[in-house]
Amino acid sequence: MTSTDGALAGPQQYLRAQQRWRAIEIVFWLSLLLPFVVTPNYLVLASQVAITALFALSLDLILGYAGIVSLGHAAFFGFGAYTAGILSKHGWGEPLTGLLISGFAAGLLGYLMSFIIARFRHLALIMITLGFGFLLLELANSLGWLTGGADGLQGVKTWPLLGMFKFDLWGVTSYWYSLIVLFILFLVCRRLINSPFGLSLRGIRENAVRMRAVGAESRAHLQKIYTISAAIAGIAGALLTQTTDTVSLGVLNFERSADVLVILILGGAGRLYGGIIGAIIFLVARDQFSGINPQYWYFPIGVLLVVVVLFLPNGILGGLAQIVESERWQRWTANLTPWRKKP
Amino acid sequence: MSTPALSTRGLNKNFGSLVVASDIEIELPQGVRYALIGPNGAGKTTLINLMTGMLKPDGGQIQLGGEEITALGPEARVRRGLVRTFQINSLFPHLNPLEAVTLAVCERQEVSRTWWKPITAYSAEVDEAYGILKTLMLAQVCYRQTRELAYGQQRLLEIALALATRPKVLLLDEPAAGVPRDESAELFAAVTNLSQDITVLFIEHDMDFVFRFASRIIVMVGGRILVEGTPDEISADPRVREVYLGSAHHG
Ligand SMILES: Nc1ncnc2c1ncn2[C@@H]1O[C@H](COP(=O)(O)OP(=O)(O)O)[C@@H](O)[C@H]1O
Ligand SMILES: [Mg+2]
Repeated sequence: MTSTDGALAGPQQYLRAQQRWRAIEIVFWLSLLLPFVVTPNYLVLASQVAITALFALSLDLILGYAGIVSLGHAAFFGFGAYTAGILSKHGWGEPLTGLLISGFAAGLLGYLMSFIIARFRHLALIMITLGFGFLLLELANSLGWLTGGADGLQGVKTWPLLGMFKFDLWGVTSYWYSLIVLFILFLVCRRLINSPFGLSLRGIRENAVRMRAVGAESRAHLQKIYTISAAIAGIAGALLTQTTDTVSLGVLNFERSADVLVILILGGAGRLYGGIIGAIIFLVARDQFSGINPQYWYFPIGVLLVVVVLFLPNGILGGLAQIVESERWQRWTANLTPWRKKP
Repeated sequence: MSTPALSTRGLNKNFGSLVVASDIEIELPQGVRYALIGPNGAGKTTLINLMTGMLKPDGGQIQLGGEEITALGPEARVRRGLVRTFQINSLFPHLNPLEAVTLAVCERQEVSRTWWKPITAYSAEVDEAYGILKTLMLAQVCYRQTRELAYGQQRLLEIALALATRPKVLLLDEPAAGVPRDESAELFAAVTNLSQDITVLFIEHDMDFVFRFASRIIVMVGGRILVEGTPDEISADPRVREVYLGSAHHG
C-alpha cells in the first residue's frame, strides 16, 4: 500500500484497494467453467459442488463473519428444499420463481429463529441450533402427508429453465443453473461484507462487548444476517430439489449440518471463497474415495480435517493467503517475474 | 444551577458478601475533568460498569443530562453520549484501526444497517475515522491489524473508539494502565487534548497527572466514596494520606 515516496495511501484509496477484484478471483470463476469441457461426465457432481458451495457460503456469512456457530444449518437448506419440492408437486415446477419462494420461506423461518439466536452465544448456541435441526427433521418425518416422510417426496417435476432448457441427465443445465445462481449470490455476499453492515458483523465476531460500548445495534445486525443466511441456505436447498427432482429427509439431517461446517472450516471461514474451495475438495474427495471404499470415506476427510485444523487454523485458503503474503514468497515471485520491479 | 452532565444517587452493588459500591453519590457538572482515585479493588471499574450499564446496580439511580437512564442498556446509553474506555484493552484484534474506528462512526450515524452499499461510499465517515486516528497519532499504523500494534498504540485506540461515538460524558478507566511511565506522555496528552465540551471522569494512578489535570478528585475506598474535593483539598486530607501512605499496597 505504499506509493513511490513511501507515504501511506489515503484511507479511501486503501479501502478501495481492499475491495477491488483481484485477477486470481476472475481466474477462479472462469476455471469453474472448465468442467463443461474437461470433465463433461462429471457435471452432475459439479452441480452438487456448486449447490454445496452456496450452502457453505450461507454458513460463512454467520460463522465466518458474525462468529455465530450453527450446528443446525441444514434446517434452512432442508426447508428450502421441501418448499421447492412441495410447490412442484402441487403443480408449480417453474424453477426461478420456485427458487425465490423457497428462499423467502427459509428466510422467514430464519427470521423467526433469529429472535432466539441473537440472544445466545457459544455452547448454548450450538445446542439451540442442533436442537432446532432435530426438531425440523422430526417434523418433516411425521408430516408424511406433506413431505412423504421417510419415503421422500414423490412426484417432483421441475419445468425447463426459462421454458427452454430441460434439466438433462448429464447435468449440463443443472450445472449452468447452479453455477449462475452461486455466482449471483456470491456477488450479493461480496457486496454485503464490504458494506458498513459487513464491517459491523466482523466487529461482533471480534468483540461483542466492545460493540456494546460503541453503541452498536448488534442484536439487530445478528437478526438480519441470520435471516439473509437462512434465505441463501434455502435457495441452495431448492436448487438441489430442482436439479435432482427428489427431496428426502437427508436434506435436513444432522450429517448435512456437520458436513457443511467441515467444508467451511477446511476451506477457511470468513473469506467467502473458503466454502467454495472446501466444497470442491470435500465432494471430489468423497466421490473418489467412496469409489474405493464406500464405508470409510470419512476416514480421509477426518485426517484432512485434523491436519488442517492443526496446521492451518484459518483453513486451506487462509494457509494459501499466508504463503502469498509472506515476504519470502514475494521475493521469490519477484525473482521469477523480472518484469515486476523489485522493491 | 445547570443540570449535571452525569449524576448517580444511592448507587449500590454487592458481589455476594463483597460490597463494591455503597451509596455512591456523584455529580459531574458539564465539561469538568474529574479524577477517580483509590487503591486497587476499591470498586472504581465497577462504578464505571454500573454507570455505563454493563452491570446492573442492586439499587440507586443514574441520570445523564437530567434524563433517567438506570433502566437503559449499555448501547442506548452510548447513543445518548455516555461512553467508556476499558482498563484492560477491549478491541477488535483482527480489524485494523481504520476499520475499527470507521465501524464505530458508522454505528453512530446508523449507516451500519445498510448492506447493499460498499463502505467506500461513506467517505465522510471514513474521513472522520481517519481524522480521529490522526489526532491520536495512529494514522501511520491504521492499516495494520490491531493485534499487531504496540501496547501503547492499543491504549490510544481505546480512546479513539470512544471518541468515534461523539461522547458527551467520557469515562476513562486507567487510560495509561500498563504503559511504562516514560511512555505514558502520549496517552496523557491525548486525555489533556480532549474537547472541553466533553465531561471527563478518569481513573488514574499517576498522581502527578491527576493533580495536574483534574479540577476535582473523588477518592474511593472499599466501595465507598471517602472524600471529594479539589486537588488541594485532597492532598491536604489526612484520611487520603492514610489510605495512600498507610497501606503498603497501592497502585
Ligand atoms: N464480576 C465480579 N464478580 C465478583 N467480584 C468482582 C467482579 N468484578 C470485580 N469484583 C471485585 O470487586 C472489587 C472491586 O473491583 P474493581 O471495581 O475492579 O476495582 P478497581 O477498579 O477499583 O481496582 C474487587 O475486589 C474485585 O475483585
Ligand atoms: Mg479497575
